[in-house]
Amino acid sequence: MSVSAMFVALQGALTADQDIREEIRKVVQALEQTAREMLTLLQGVHQGSGFQDIPKKCQKAREHFGTVRTQMESLKTKFPADQYYRFHEHWRFVLQRLVFLAAFVVYLESETLVTREAVAEILGIEADRERGFHLDIEDYLSGVLTLASELARLAVNSVTAGDYSRPLRISTFINELDSGFRLLNLKNDSLRKRYDGLKYDVKKIEEVVYDLSIRGLNKEATGGVGGEK
Amino acid sequence: GSGGFRKRKHDNFPHGQRREEKENVNPSSPLMASFKSFQLELDTRHDKYERLVKLSRDITIESKRTIFLLHRFTSAPNGEEILNESEVKLDAVRRKIKQVAQELIGEDMYQFHRAISPGLQEYIEAVSFQYFIKTRSLISVEEINKQLIFTAEDREEATNVTSDSQDKQPPTCSLKVTPVDYLLGVADLTGELMRLCISSVGNGDIDTPFELSQFLRQIYDGFTFIGNTGPYEVSKKLYTLKQSLAKVENACYALKVRGSEIPKHMLADVFSSKTELIDQEEGLP
Repeated sequence: MSVSAMFVALQGALTADQDIREEIRKVVQALEQTAREMLTLLQGVHQGSGFQDIPKKCQKAREHFGTVRTQMESLKTKFPADQYYRFHEHWRFVLQRLVFLAAFVVYLESETLVTREAVAEILGIEADRERGFHLDIEDYLSGVLTLASELARLAVNSVTAGDYSRPLRISTFINELDSGFRLLNLKNDSLRKRYDGLKYDVKKIEEVVYDLSIRGLNKEATGGVGGEK
Repeated sequence: GSGGFRKRKHDNFPHGQRREEKENVNPSSPLMASFKSFQLELDTRHDKYERLVKLSRDITIESKRTIFLLHRFTSAPNGEEILNESEVKLDAVRRKIKQVAQELIGEDMYQFHRAISPGLQEYIEAVSFQYFIKTRSLISVEEINKQLIFTAEDREEATNVTSDSQDKQPPTCSLKVTPVDYLLGVADLTGELMRLCISSVGNGDIDTPFELSQFLRQIYDGFTFIGNTGPYEVSKKLYTLKQSLAKVENACYALKVRGSEIPKHMLADVFSSKTELIDQEEGLP
């Protein structure tokens, strides 16, 4: 084969690659849009009045996950199934965001940490690499770390809204999460950097719990939503 | 005064609170159990990555040595011997690549691509350099990939070396060079060809430079055809490639113009000063 023929073939391969990336980018943009809408919806819980209709907000967010699932289905068709990591960078960010949103919804509903399998199911993808489009473990963990900072914020705002019991429950949860992350030997990568932020979330929540404790507010009856003055 | 007191209290209290809660964390809770499995999964992945980085380094070093060896080809009278020796060396490199391929069995190659890419590029450079010296043409991706299919019989000795616990393996394993790795390897090859050109002039060989400039021009045309459709790294190499080509073309020019005037035995001197001049120009901003 002549040199020029070889380069023509290579150029063809590169163009095909670019086309795939273009297609992926389109779907990822749609996913990002859905994720933003969900985030806006869930941000509502930080407002004083938002605490009452947490279940309703979760319900609505769950409906959005239906859209996510169809968008994920279309993303899966855009590239060969065995080349997940070749294009991983394109959806990495949005996937982490979606993991966070799913984890936030599950936490608000049941105050537990969503499992990797459950997130995969919510998003309509697989938990195992062997079975197709999957949820990478590092993306899952990143999403969970975002949840931690969101909960630290929620602890502060629930005090403002007069719900004094929630910070205590969040504190227990975050502490367990912290112990979990302590088990991991993280490399010096982006996940490790995110993990380094977890201690500030832990500290923030501890401060909230401390403030409540010295005022005797942590012994009040649970569910004091609405703020008794 | 009071600030210090507050600070101390602040330090003590949450700490005690936290310790209390730490004890509340049940080590066998579902959350802790799943994080234990995450630990295992991440450690396995990082270990594999590290092993691949090490293999990639070894591949790089051995490939570089092969290239140095091949540069001796022009000056040495025993060309055949050097080619054979380089073949032996490249076989050793391929054995390393086979270990890489074995590590990647059942994995997504692109997940670990960053670990092995430098080694592969160096290997492509070495193998294409040898191929050029032998056939005066460019090795294709298919040709390279064909040599990276490893069969069962030499797999056994390798498993003994790595002593992996994998007892069941498919009969063959292979590694596919990506188009981008190939392009980057070929771009590096042009640098070697430029060196080959200058040194062959030094040896009084006046045919090789013309052949090389022809060949380099073809590759340069190929790269300009690809232009910026390729990734960033490829376009970055294009600049160096242009410089290499200019050096070779200038060498050919000098040979043509002055070769007829200057006695053969003085050619080497003309060239060493010419290349110095080019190097100086390169040093300028």
